[in-house]
Amino acid sequence: MPEDSPLWEVFVRPRRGLAHSHVGSLHAPDAAMALRNARDLYTRRQEGVSIWVVPAAQITASSPDEKDAFFDPAADKVYRHPTFYDVPEGAPHL
Amino acid sequence: MAQHAHSEIIGMQPEANWITRAPTLKRKAILLAKVQDEAGHGLYLYAAAETLGVTRQTLYELLLAGKQKYSSIFNYPTLSWADIGAIGWLVDGAAIVNQVPLCRCSYGPYARAMIRICKEESFHQRQGYEILYTLSHGTPAQKAMAQDAVDRWWYPSLAMFGPPDTESTHSERSMAWKIKRFGNDELRQRFVDMCVPQAAVLDLTIPDPALRWNADRGGYDFTPPDYAELMAVVRGNGPCNRQRMAHRRQAYEDGAWVREAAAAYAAKRREPVHA
Ligand SMILES: [Fe+2]
Ligand SMILES: [Fe+2]
Repeated sequence: MPEDSPLWEVFVRPRRGLAHSHVGSLHAPDAAMALRNARDLYTRRQEGVSIWVVPAAQITASSPDEKDAFFDPAADKVYRHPTFYDVPEGAPHL
Repeated sequence: MAQHAHSEIIGMQPEANWITRAPTLKRKAILLAKVQDEAGHGLYLYAAAETLGVTRQTLYELLLAGKQKYSSIFNYPTLSWADIGAIGWLVDGAAIVNQVPLCRCSYGPYARAMIRICKEESFHQRQGYEILYTLSHGTPAQKAMAQDAVDRWWYPSLAMFGPPDTESTHSERSMAWKIKRFGNDELRQRFVDMCVPQAAVLDLTIPDPALRWNADRGGYDFTPPDYAELMAVVRGNGPCNRQRMAHRRQAYEDGAWVREAAAAYAAKRREPVHA
């Protein structure tokens, strides 16, 4: 059985001023073809002004199973949010 | 998901059959765009299926070996240009009714693929409806052609919702896993209720003498499709099953040199350059 060509993750920037966001993935033998295929697959209706393709194998992801422990340090630091603080009445622009 | 992906890919065939014979350049460009969308749908869905760990190559081989199926609707032939209209209106229309609930199904990658697909499908349905409207308001011969297409595609479209819930083998599990959110019969009824007023605007007749409004149920009574025929087509005995698979195999083999050349080129470029 022939092997699949590498998997690429596709990120599209919808408009200037917005960040690229993940739209899906595709198989292609190299980056140039991945980019062209991404254009045909994900921007047939002017969905973007810029595309990134990234080899899926190059992405390091946090483990969904360890989600709770991994993000735990942020859980008890409510003082990082402005809403934690009482603003005295009458203090402007705070 | 795999069966859905295969359906999009095989579904390109009946319509591609008319690309070179579209009546105007505009219709040809539209049909090309639609068939290209269906290829895209197939690719979104293959990618979603692959997130479960299966390789693309395995999925292709399962289809080519006949071990995974595709929607039976694509085993019917497209005999006239009006069939392109009827497919857009009825087949894509039925697909939309089936697919909209899937946008909120429990498996994220599938649901996200379905959201993209549903956005594109409404163009498919409208272009088909417009083809039929143009024909049904044209010459008597054109209107007859439109009616003939609707006569042939109506029941196969109803069959797209699958067997009745009482006989459906997978429905119960799919519902429990919240992949499917509504039963086959409920979606079929929804489709019929949508089509009746649309057919009236087309000035075409739905080929069902038993079709009538049932005020008690708040829906139309209608003749169910021939499920024995559906099962025969599923088992491989539809008018075009062999042709569709032969064409798919041929296309896969004909494309082999392109895949090999692209892979060889990529490998060559990865080699270190010796000065
Ligand atoms: Fe589609
Ligand atoms: Fe479609």
